[in-house]
Amino acid sequence: MTTRIVELRRGVLKKNDELAAGLRASYAAAGVLVLNLVSSPGTGKTAFLEWTLRELRTRGARVAALVGDLETDNDARRLAASGAPVRQINTHGICHLDAEMIGKHLDGWEGVTLGGLDYLFIENVGNLVCPSSYDLGEKIRVALLSVTEGEDKPLKYPTMFNSADAAVITKMDIAEPCGFDRELALRNINEIRPGMRIFETSAKKGTGMDEWLAYLDEERKERGA
Amino acid sequence: MHELSIVASIVDTVTESVAAYKGARVVEVRLRVGALASVVEDSLQFCFGIATEGTALEGSRLVVKMVPVVMWCSVCQAEVELDGVQSFRCPRCTEPCFDLRQGRELEIEAIEIDEMNEVEETV
Repeated sequence: MTTRIVELRRGVLKKNDELAAGLRASYAAAGVLVLNLVSSPGTGKTAFLEWTLRELRTRGARVAALVGDLETDNDARRLAASGAPVRQINTHGICHLDAEMIGKHLDGWEGVTLGGLDYLFIENVGNLVCPSSYDLGEKIRVALLSVTEGEDKPLKYPTMFNSADAAVITKMDIAEPCGFDRELALRNINEIRPGMRIFETSAKKGTGMDEWLAYLDEERKERGA
Repeated sequence: MHELSIVASIVDTVTESVAAYKGARVVEVRLRVGALASVVEDSLQFCFGIATEGTALEGSRLVVKMVPVVMWCSVCQAEVELDGVQSFRCPRCTEPCFDLRQGRELEIEAIEIDEMNEVEETV
Protein backbone atom coordinates (compact mmCIF):
# COMPACT_ATOMS: atom_id res chain seq x y z
CA MET A 1 0.00 0.00 0.00
CA THR A 2 1.16 3.49 -0.78
CA THR A 3 -0.37 6.50 0.85
CA ARG A 4 -0.88 9.44 -1.40
CA ILE A 5 -2.29 12.93 -0.92
CA VAL A 6 -4.37 14.09 -3.84
CA GLU A 7 -4.92 17.85 -4.02
CA LEU A 8 -8.45 18.54 -5.18
CA ARG A 9 -9.31 22.18 -4.39
CA ARG A 10 -12.86 21.57 -5.54
CA GLY A 11 -15.80 23.61 -4.35
CA VAL A 12 -18.39 21.33 -2.80
CA LEU A 13 -21.14 23.35 -4.46
CA LYS A 14 -19.30 23.55 -7.78
CA LYS A 15 -22.10 21.86 -9.69
CA ASN A 16 -24.65 24.35 -8.37
CA ASP A 17 -22.30 27.27 -9.00
CA GLU A 18 -21.76 26.18 -12.61
CA LEU A 19 -25.49 25.79 -13.22
CA ALA A 20 -26.09 29.19 -11.59
CA ALA A 21 -23.47 30.80 -13.84
CA GLY A 22 -25.31 29.35 -16.84
CA LEU A 23 -28.62 30.75 -15.56
CA ARG A 24 -27.04 34.15 -14.91
CA ALA A 25 -25.80 34.27 -18.51
CA SER A 26 -29.24 33.37 -19.86
CA TYR A 27 -30.96 35.99 -17.68
CA ALA A 28 -28.51 38.62 -18.94
CA ALA A 29 -28.97 37.56 -22.57
CA ALA A 30 -32.74 37.79 -22.16
CA GLY A 31 -32.55 41.15 -20.39
CA VAL A 32 -34.59 40.03 -17.38
CA LEU A 33 -33.82 41.24 -13.86
CA VAL A 34 -33.92 38.26 -11.49
CA LEU A 35 -34.38 38.62 -7.73
CA ASN A 36 -34.15 35.92 -5.06
CA LEU A 37 -36.30 36.63 -1.98
CA VAL A 38 -35.12 34.99 1.23
CA SER A 39 -36.40 35.15 4.81
CA SER A 40 -37.67 33.10 7.75
CA PRO A 41 -41.07 31.44 7.39
CA GLY A 42 -43.82 33.96 8.15
CA THR A 43 -41.91 37.16 7.37
CA GLY A 44 -44.39 38.04 4.66
CA LYS A 45 -42.49 37.23 1.46
CA THR A 46 -45.67 36.19 -0.29
CA ALA A 47 -47.68 39.28 0.74
CA PHE A 48 -44.77 41.51 -0.26
CA LEU A 49 -44.46 39.74 -3.60
CA GLU A 50 -48.23 39.81 -4.23
CA TRP A 51 -48.12 43.57 -3.84
CA THR A 52 -45.00 43.94 -5.99
CA LEU A 53 -46.34 41.79 -8.85
CA ARG A 54 -49.66 43.62 -8.86
CA GLU A 55 -48.08 47.08 -8.88
CA LEU A 56 -45.51 46.22 -11.52
CA ARG A 57 -48.23 44.81 -13.76
CA THR A 58 -50.29 47.96 -13.29
CA ARG A 59 -47.26 49.92 -14.47
CA GLY A 60 -47.04 47.76 -17.60
CA ALA A 61 -44.03 45.63 -16.59
CA ARG A 62 -43.84 41.99 -17.65
CA VAL A 63 -43.36 39.94 -14.49
CA ALA A 64 -43.38 36.31 -13.39
CA ALA A 65 -42.56 34.39 -10.22
CA LEU A 66 -41.22 31.02 -9.15
CA VAL A 67 -42.12 30.10 -5.61
CA GLY A 68 -40.49 27.44 -3.46
CA ASP A 69 -42.09 25.54 -0.61
CA LEU A 70 -41.62 22.10 0.86
CA GLU A 71 -45.25 21.23 0.10
CA THR A 72 -48.52 22.80 -1.17
CA ASP A 73 -49.17 25.24 -3.99
CA ASN A 74 -50.93 27.72 -1.69
CA ASP A 75 -48.42 30.50 -2.35
CA ALA A 76 -48.52 30.02 -6.11
CA ARG A 77 -52.31 30.33 -6.04
CA ARG A 78 -52.10 33.49 -3.93
CA LEU A 79 -49.51 35.06 -6.22
CA ALA A 80 -51.35 34.04 -9.39
CA ALA A 81 -54.25 36.27 -8.32
CA SER A 82 -52.04 39.19 -9.40
CA GLY A 83 -52.47 37.97 -12.99
CA ALA A 84 -48.74 37.24 -13.37
CA PRO A 85 -47.56 33.77 -14.44
CA VAL A 86 -46.49 31.86 -11.34
CA ARG A 87 -44.98 28.42 -10.98
CA GLN A 88 -44.72 26.49 -7.72
CA ILE A 89 -41.61 24.47 -6.91
CA ASN A 90 -42.20 21.81 -4.25
CA THR A 91 -38.93 20.67 -2.78
CA HIS A 92 -40.51 17.80 -0.76
CA GLY A 93 -38.38 18.22 2.31
CA ILE A 94 -35.36 20.04 0.89
CA CYS A 95 -34.76 23.25 2.82
CA HIS A 96 -33.66 25.49 -0.07
CA LEU A 97 -33.99 26.04 -3.81
CA ASP A 98 -31.00 25.23 -5.98
CA ALA A 99 -29.98 26.20 -9.50
CA GLU A 100 -31.03 22.85 -10.94
CA MET A 101 -34.60 23.26 -9.64
CA ILE A 102 -34.78 26.74 -11.15
CA GLY A 103 -33.49 25.52 -14.53
CA LYS A 104 -35.98 22.66 -14.59
CA HIS A 105 -38.93 24.91 -13.78
CA LEU A 106 -37.93 27.54 -16.33
CA ASP A 107 -37.85 24.84 -19.00
CA GLY A 108 -41.26 24.08 -20.36
CA TRP A 109 -43.02 26.83 -18.40
CA GLU A 110 -46.07 27.25 -20.56
CA GLY A 111 -46.47 30.75 -21.96
CA VAL A 112 -43.31 32.09 -20.25
CA THR A 113 -39.94 32.76 -21.85
CA LEU A 114 -37.14 34.72 -20.20
CA GLY A 115 -37.01 37.04 -23.21
CA GLY A 116 -40.64 37.98 -22.65
CA LEU A 117 -40.03 39.19 -19.08
CA ASP A 118 -38.78 42.36 -17.42
CA TYR A 119 -38.63 40.85 -13.93
CA LEU A 120 -38.50 37.33 -12.56
CA PHE A 121 -38.95 36.93 -8.80
CA ILE A 122 -37.90 33.76 -7.04
CA GLU A 123 -39.49 33.31 -3.61
CA ASN A 124 -37.18 30.92 -1.79
CA VAL A 125 -38.15 28.38 0.87
CA GLY A 126 -38.64 30.14 4.23
CA ASN A 127 -35.26 29.53 5.87
CA LEU A 128 -32.48 31.93 6.81
CA VAL A 129 -29.68 29.37 6.75
CA CYS A 130 -29.47 26.99 3.82
CA PRO A 131 -30.64 29.18 0.90
CA SER A 132 -27.59 31.40 1.52
CA SER A 133 -25.29 28.68 0.12
CA TYR A 134 -27.15 28.21 -3.16
CA ASP A 135 -26.64 30.71 -5.94
CA LEU A 136 -29.65 30.79 -8.26
CA GLY A 137 -27.98 33.10 -10.76
CA GLU A 138 -29.95 36.07 -9.41
CA LYS A 139 -28.79 39.64 -9.81
CA ILE A 140 -30.25 40.74 -6.49
CA ARG A 141 -30.68 38.75 -3.32
CA VAL A 142 -33.25 40.35 -1.06
CA ALA A 143 -33.31 39.43 2.63
CA LEU A 144 -36.63 40.19 4.32
CA LEU A 145 -37.15 40.73 8.02
CA SER A 146 -40.47 41.45 9.74
CA VAL A 147 -40.99 43.72 12.74
CA THR A 148 -42.25 40.72 14.75
CA GLU A 149 -39.02 38.75 14.45
CA GLY A 150 -36.62 40.69 16.64
CA GLU A 151 -34.06 43.29 15.67
CA ASP A 152 -31.13 40.90 16.10
CA LYS A 153 -32.06 38.57 13.21
CA PRO A 154 -29.17 39.92 11.08
CA LEU A 155 -26.72 39.14 13.90
CA LYS A 156 -28.16 35.65 14.35
CA TYR A 157 -28.06 34.87 10.64
CA PRO A 158 -25.06 36.85 9.41
CA THR A 159 -24.36 34.70 6.36
CA MET A 160 -27.74 35.41 4.85
CA PHE A 161 -27.68 39.13 5.56
CA ASN A 162 -24.07 39.47 4.50
CA SER A 163 -24.74 37.76 1.18
CA ALA A 164 -27.82 39.90 0.45
CA ASP A 165 -27.84 42.94 -1.84
CA ALA A 166 -30.90 44.60 -0.31
CA ALA A 167 -32.94 44.26 2.87
CA VAL A 168 -36.67 44.71 3.24
CA ILE A 169 -38.32 45.24 6.62
CA THR A 170 -41.92 44.05 6.38
CA LYS A 171 -45.10 44.67 8.43
CA MET A 172 -44.07 48.22 9.37
CA ASP A 173 -47.76 48.98 9.99
CA ILE A 174 -47.58 46.96 13.22
CA ALA A 175 -44.10 48.12 14.26
CA GLU A 176 -45.35 50.17 17.18
CA PRO A 177 -47.57 47.59 18.93
CA CYS A 178 -44.72 45.08 18.48
CA GLY A 179 -42.30 47.41 20.23
CA PHE A 180 -40.04 47.28 17.19
CA ASP A 181 -36.79 49.19 17.72
CA ARG A 182 -36.23 50.59 14.24
CA GLU A 183 -32.86 52.20 14.93
CA LEU A 184 -31.47 49.01 16.40
CA ALA A 185 -32.67 46.91 13.46
CA LEU A 186 -31.10 49.31 10.94
CA ARG A 187 -27.88 49.37 12.93
CA ASN A 188 -27.73 45.56 13.05
CA ILE A 189 -28.28 45.22 9.30
CA ASN A 190 -25.55 47.79 8.72
CA GLU A 191 -23.17 46.00 11.03
CA ILE A 192 -23.47 42.79 9.00
CA ARG A 193 -23.70 44.34 5.55
CA PRO A 194 -22.49 47.93 5.68
CA GLY A 195 -24.18 50.23 3.21
CA MET A 196 -26.87 47.81 2.09
CA ARG A 197 -30.08 49.39 0.74
CA ILE A 198 -32.90 48.96 3.26
CA PHE A 199 -36.61 49.35 2.50
CA GLU A 200 -39.12 49.79 5.31
CA THR A 201 -42.42 48.50 4.02
CA SER A 202 -45.95 47.43 4.69
CA ALA A 203 -47.58 45.40 1.92
CA LYS A 204 -50.90 45.87 3.66
CA LYS A 205 -50.76 49.67 3.62
CA GLY A 206 -48.48 50.12 0.62
CA THR A 207 -45.92 51.95 2.79
CA GLY A 208 -42.40 52.27 1.39
CA MET A 209 -43.37 50.58 -1.82
CA ASP A 210 -42.72 53.52 -4.15
CA GLU A 211 -39.10 53.57 -3.08
CA TRP A 212 -38.89 49.80 -3.63
CA LEU A 213 -40.39 50.04 -7.11
CA ALA A 214 -38.04 52.90 -7.99
CA TYR A 215 -35.11 50.73 -6.88
CA LEU A 216 -36.28 47.85 -9.12
CA ASP A 217 -36.56 50.24 -12.03
CA GLU A 218 -33.06 51.66 -11.42
CA GLU A 219 -31.55 48.20 -11.17
CA ARG A 220 -33.19 47.10 -14.37
CA LYS A 221 -31.99 50.17 -16.26
CA GLU A 222 -28.51 49.90 -14.81
CA ARG A 223 -28.05 46.50 -16.38
CA GLY A 224 -29.30 47.83 -19.72
CA ALA A 225 -32.34 45.62 -19.57
CA MET B 1 -29.73 21.77 8.06
CA HIS B 2 -28.50 21.13 4.53
CA GLU B 3 -25.37 19.29 5.65
CA LEU B 4 -26.61 16.01 4.22
CA SER B 5 -26.81 17.56 0.72
CA ILE B 6 -23.33 19.00 1.24
CA VAL B 7 -21.93 15.65 2.34
CA ALA B 8 -23.63 13.91 -0.60
CA SER B 9 -21.80 16.31 -2.97
CA ILE B 10 -18.52 15.59 -1.17
CA VAL B 11 -19.04 11.84 -1.60
CA ASP B 12 -19.83 12.31 -5.33
CA THR B 13 -16.78 14.49 -5.96
CA VAL B 14 -14.37 12.27 -4.04
CA THR B 15 -15.75 9.08 -5.63
CA GLU B 16 -15.17 10.59 -9.08
CA SER B 17 -11.64 11.73 -8.22
CA VAL B 18 -10.60 8.45 -6.66
CA ALA B 19 -11.83 6.40 -9.64
CA ALA B 20 -8.58 7.28 -11.43
CA TYR B 21 -6.63 5.33 -8.79
CA LYS B 22 -7.43 1.68 -9.21
CA GLY B 23 -8.30 -0.13 -6.00
CA ALA B 24 -7.60 2.94 -3.88
CA ARG B 25 -9.25 3.43 -0.52
CA VAL B 26 -9.95 6.87 0.88
CA VAL B 27 -8.38 7.44 4.28
CA GLU B 28 -9.05 11.12 4.84
CA VAL B 29 -11.04 13.96 3.30
CA ARG B 30 -9.81 17.48 4.08
CA LEU B 31 -12.42 20.19 3.94
CA ARG B 32 -11.99 23.96 4.18
CA VAL B 33 -15.03 25.72 5.61
CA GLY B 34 -15.41 29.49 5.81
CA ALA B 35 -16.92 31.12 8.90
CA LEU B 36 -19.77 32.30 6.65
CA ALA B 37 -20.39 28.98 4.94
CA SER B 38 -23.48 28.18 7.07
CA VAL B 39 -22.43 24.65 7.85
CA VAL B 40 -21.82 23.08 11.23
CA GLU B 41 -18.97 20.64 11.73
CA ASP B 42 -20.82 18.29 14.11
CA SER B 43 -23.61 17.95 11.64
CA LEU B 44 -21.17 17.34 8.77
CA GLN B 45 -19.43 14.62 10.76
CA PHE B 46 -22.72 12.95 11.61
CA CYS B 47 -23.90 12.95 7.99
CA PHE B 48 -20.47 11.88 6.71
CA GLY B 49 -20.65 8.59 8.60
CA ILE B 50 -23.99 7.77 7.06
CA ALA B 51 -23.42 9.04 3.53
CA THR B 52 -20.11 7.26 3.05
CA GLU B 53 -21.44 3.78 3.84
CA GLY B 54 -20.95 1.43 0.92
CA THR B 55 -18.79 3.94 -0.99
CA ALA B 56 -15.04 4.28 -1.59
CA LEU B 57 -15.07 6.69 1.36
CA GLU B 58 -16.41 4.22 3.91
CA GLY B 59 -14.40 4.36 7.12
CA SER B 60 -12.52 7.51 6.12
CA ARG B 61 -11.97 10.54 8.35
CA LEU B 62 -13.42 13.95 7.65
CA VAL B 63 -11.06 16.71 8.72
CA VAL B 64 -12.64 20.15 8.81
CA LYS B 65 -10.48 23.25 8.78
CA MET B 66 -12.43 26.41 9.63
CA VAL B 67 -11.20 29.61 8.02
CA PRO B 68 -12.05 33.10 9.33
CA VAL B 69 -13.61 35.96 7.38
CA VAL B 70 -11.09 38.21 5.65
CA MET B 71 -12.22 41.62 4.36
CA TRP B 72 -10.51 44.33 2.37
CA CYS B 73 -10.28 47.54 4.37
CA SER B 74 -10.20 50.48 1.99
CA VAL B 75 -8.94 52.79 4.72
CA CYS B 76 -6.02 50.63 5.88
CA GLN B 77 -5.48 49.44 2.31
CA ALA B 78 -5.03 45.93 3.65
CA GLU B 79 -6.73 42.59 4.02
CA VAL B 80 -7.94 42.24 7.58
CA GLU B 81 -9.12 39.19 9.48
CA LEU B 82 -12.36 39.53 11.43
CA ASP B 83 -12.68 38.10 14.94
CA GLY B 84 -16.15 36.77 14.24
CA VAL B 85 -19.19 37.34 12.08
CA GLN B 86 -21.05 39.87 14.23
CA SER B 87 -19.53 43.01 12.84
CA PHE B 88 -18.09 43.68 9.40
CA ARG B 89 -15.78 46.46 10.47
CA CYS B 90 -12.04 46.64 10.26
CA PRO B 91 -10.59 45.47 13.61
CA ARG B 92 -7.79 48.07 13.26
CA CYS B 93 -9.59 51.25 12.26
CA THR B 94 -13.28 50.26 12.92
CA GLU B 95 -14.42 51.46 9.49
CA PRO B 96 -17.08 49.33 7.74
CA CYS B 97 -15.69 46.85 5.22
CA PHE B 98 -17.54 46.04 2.01
CA ASP B 99 -15.31 43.66 0.14
CA LEU B 100 -15.22 40.04 1.29
CA ARG B 101 -11.99 38.24 0.44
CA GLN B 102 -12.41 34.99 2.38
CA GLY B 103 -15.03 33.31 4.53
CA ARG B 104 -17.57 31.65 2.24
CA GLU B 105 -15.34 28.67 1.30
CA LEU B 106 -16.76 25.21 1.21
CA GLU B 107 -14.03 23.33 -0.52
CA ILE B 108 -12.49 19.88 -0.62
CA GLU B 109 -8.85 20.77 -0.24
CA ALA B 110 -7.34 17.32 -0.64
CA ILE B 111 -7.88 13.65 -0.01
CA GLU B 112 -5.54 11.07 1.40
CA ILE B 113 -5.75 7.67 -0.24
CA ASP B 114 -4.19 4.27 0.23
CA GLU B 115 -3.20 3.05 -3.17
CA MET B 116 -2.54 -0.57 -4.05
CA ASN B 117 1.00 -1.10 -5.35
CA GLU B 118 1.42 -2.77 -8.71
CA VAL B 119 3.16 -5.76 -7.15
CA GLU B 120 0.30 -6.36 -4.70
CA GLU B 121 -2.12 -6.02 -7.55
CA THR B 122 -0.57 -8.85 -9.57
CA VAL B 123 -0.37 -11.22 -6.61
